[in-house]
Amino acid sequence: MLTRAYRFELNSSRVPVGEPLLEVEDVSLRFGGIHALSEVSLTVAQGDVHAVIGPNGAGKSSLLNCTSGLYRPQRGRILLHTLDEGGASRTHDLATRRPHAIARLGVARSFQNIELFGHLTLLENLMLGRHIHMHHHLLPALAWFGPARRQEIRHREFVEEVIDLLHLQGHRHAPVGSLAYGIQKRVELGRALCIEPSLLLLDEPMAGMNAEEKEDMARFVLDVGELRGVTVMLIEHDMGVVMDISDRITVLDFGRVIGDGTPDEVARNEDVVRAYLGTDA
Amino acid sequence: MSTFPRLLAEQARERPEGVALQEKLYGIWQPITWRQYHSRVRDVAHGLASLGVARGEVVAVLGDNRPEWLISELAAQSIGAAVVGIYPTSLDEEIRHILDISGARVVVAEDQEQVDKLIKVKPQVARLETVVFYDPHGLEEYREDWLIDFAALEQQGRAWGAERPGWLDQQVADGQPDDVAVICTTSGTTSRPKLGQLTHHNLLSMAESLTSIDPLGPKDRFVSFLPLAWIGEQMTAVACGLSRGMTLSFPEDAATQRADMREIGPHVMFSPPRIWESMLSDVQVRIDEAGWLKRRVFGWGYGIGDRVAGRRVRGARTGPWARVMSAIAEAVALRPVRDQLGLARIKYCYTGGAPLGPDVFRFFHAIGVNLKQIYGQTEICGIAVLHTDDDVRFHSVGVPLPGTELRIADDGEILLRSSAVFAGYLGNEQATAEAIDAEGWLHTGDAGYLDDGHLVVIDRAKDVLTAADGTPFSSAFIENKLKFSPYVEEAVAFGTREITAMITIDPATVGVWADHERLSYTTYTDLAANPRVGELVRHEVHRANEDLPESIRVRRFLLLFKQLDPDDDEITRTRKVRRSVINERYAELIDGLERGDSEVSVTNTVTYQDGTSTKRQVTLPIHSMERHQSLRDSRPRPVWSSRR
Repeated sequence: MLTRAYRFELNSSRVPVGEPLLEVEDVSLRFGGIHALSEVSLTVAQGDVHAVIGPNGAGKSSLLNCTSGLYRPQRGRILLHTLDEGGASRTHDLATRRPHAIARLGVARSFQNIELFGHLTLLENLMLGRHIHMHHHLLPALAWFGPARRQEIRHREFVEEVIDLLHLQGHRHAPVGSLAYGIQKRVELGRALCIEPSLLLLDEPMAGMNAEEKEDMARFVLDVGELRGVTVMLIEHDMGVVMDISDRITVLDFGRVIGDGTPDEVARNEDVVRAYLGTDA
Repeated sequence: MSTFPRLLAEQARERPEGVALQEKLYGIWQPITWRQYHSRVRDVAHGLASLGVARGEVVAVLGDNRPEWLISELAAQSIGAAVVGIYPTSLDEEIRHILDISGARVVVAEDQEQVDKLIKVKPQVARLETVVFYDPHGLEEYREDWLIDFAALEQQGRAWGAERPGWLDQQVADGQPDDVAVICTTSGTTSRPKLGQLTHHNLLSMAESLTSIDPLGPKDRFVSFLPLAWIGEQMTAVACGLSRGMTLSFPEDAATQRADMREIGPHVMFSPPRIWESMLSDVQVRIDEAGWLKRRVFGWGYGIGDRVAGRRVRGARTGPWARVMSAIAEAVALRPVRDQLGLARIKYCYTGGAPLGPDVFRFFHAIGVNLKQIYGQTEICGIAVLHTDDDVRFHSVGVPLPGTELRIADDGEILLRSSAVFAGYLGNEQATAEAIDAEGWLHTGDAGYLDDGHLVVIDRAKDVLTAADGTPFSSAFIENKLKFSPYVEEAVAFGTREITAMITIDPATVGVWADHERLSYTTYTDLAANPRVGELVRHEVHRANEDLPESIRVRRFLLLFKQLDPDDDEITRTRKVRRSVINERYAELIDGLERGDSEVSVTNTVTYQDGTSTKRQVTLPIHSMERHQSLRDSRPRPVWSSRR
């Protein structure tokens, strides 16, 4: 019988809820004379929606790029904790790894500027997100035969659940380049989810959206975080949204951490208020 | 006469592997056979019984069209209970009203959205005990112990039923055709919805008469996308569907309806005018964006189709030359358009609930769609009068169904009598007595007259007015003329001496027009306030005026700064304008129109979704048609194009 409940887990991290999943320790990143990040430390706990905020140029995207391996920090460690099926704990230093190796650990991300394959359909873009889980060989895959076929059907089922979760049914076969901006952002989120992330990094998922699209996106981020148990680390400018949906917030200014805590604590933090609103000169 | 549960059992016995329902899920049509359907209905029936639902009670269903909706309905009917559908867009007050009157103890709700509404109203509805939901997403963390998953209910029912073999068969056998099967809410343009009770016998005799004119069979398919709380959907999907064994398909999502319908290619369809109008607008927009060759080919094909249809609907035959030409037109122009609309296989289409413009009617007949007007109301199972295939007259609603008696009362009111006349309003004997008289005639409240055996409906009897020169007319008559324009979404006409109108534009078609004209705009309010848009609508009003007798032509109109919205009570969920609300809310505007001012100011209160509200001062220009009379040089544009 057909069930409407989802059959696949999206979250691939076995770390217990509340335990540290990602620990950033004293990370510094320099571009020539510019200190993009200076001794940044923070901890993302499993199951949280963790926001990183800060004014323009504060180093938010740099931090995300270090975590996903696009930049290599000059100093510091970025530790990702994993548990294997037997319950044995391992720690990986992301600062020393290449991006594709980090993706294999289940660190998925979306980009501030949409980075999708514009001429492929939404379905194809999401199926691409499954690539690290595909294991078939060239010949059976070409012949659409045996295990390759079964595997692809299984992946398609997974992708369809993501489509259902993000309400993308109406656009399944549309080339992504022809979709509205707000929808494309959602497709980016969807593709990141198709990796079955242990940690989901979202770079300004609501940038450039109108109020309604923002509300929808906030809802989806919450669904992904609260209901599907995926740990989310996100960068966002819209303070209202951040305060509403985050469990924990880290504030960066000129590459340094100036505040860290629950939304209430951060809102009361004087340094943060000064960085955002300026001081009486 | 049978009952729905018995018909279901028959279908499951005769065609166990035939597809009864199919739903698109995860991009694939997932079939449910008659055998599976029957067995799920049995499980849920046992489940409802285990929750204490007894014969004569009412089970409410609140949600979009899904197999679970029908399964719940049939399950309730199997144990002698009736089902009442609540529109999924209903808000707290309406839900509370329906639950109060029906006394439902169990509500089957679709998803988190509907469950949230029920959690909110539950403290005010004493009798509500259990809510069953069938889409569990987002409900994982809900701790209310009166919430049950549909799948869990089926399981519970299976266990309950296993201990009581033969119990349900006895219940089904005990069910009488005169038991109430379905309770449909009346649309309530005038007051709160009333709950009309329809028996198995009512619905099945209606299905019998309808299919005696337009035969349907087990090979026919139907796409169920209009609310099942509506009588029209109960009439086609449930009554005709079960008695004739049609396959019902449910679209995946509101956004995929059109695409899904095209994949299924239904054989029969019943929709209110707005669906047909929006299909026509779609065609207009698509053709206007096509290249000149496609436009020319379609224009030619349409002309042929229109001529052939003109003969066909009168029952006349076409000559051999016309038949050759029409075959070519069919192949190059008409069939592709039908296919795009999902109407490639259609045998019968019905429109009802409100008048449909002759232009729209004509368009569908010209492209080869057998669209027919029906007339009826919830109180007579939705249909009593219908066009026959070879005698479609656009201004009439056709002739009575077999077994239906029709009489025009002395005061012009339409009276109907048949075995489909309902069993009264639930909990409102006074209204029932007003609707059905001692001889069993249903007082429709509509005014009309017979023209050569065909019924012509003017409007609600109390809405019929007399113009300055004595012509009887109704505001709706004028409004419909205005609404035939693709740019006009809703229109409300006022006055008897000098007719004025308040118009809202259709943002989709006007938006496309504005794109073509290189007009920039931000919101609906901005678009409606654009003077060029005002000019555009003036042309459309002028065109409508040409079809109207001199005494009831529109003299002045204004474009409202917002669309009419069911959330603001301005229009019903089935999109009928609530005149009393409009009269009260826009009194200043209406006064300004009647005085003939050049503009009018109004304070508009906007309530946001979070409950806060702001006030704004809006000034709207009043467009007068006086100076427009001279502009007669423009050629009439074809119905399939919105370009001039």
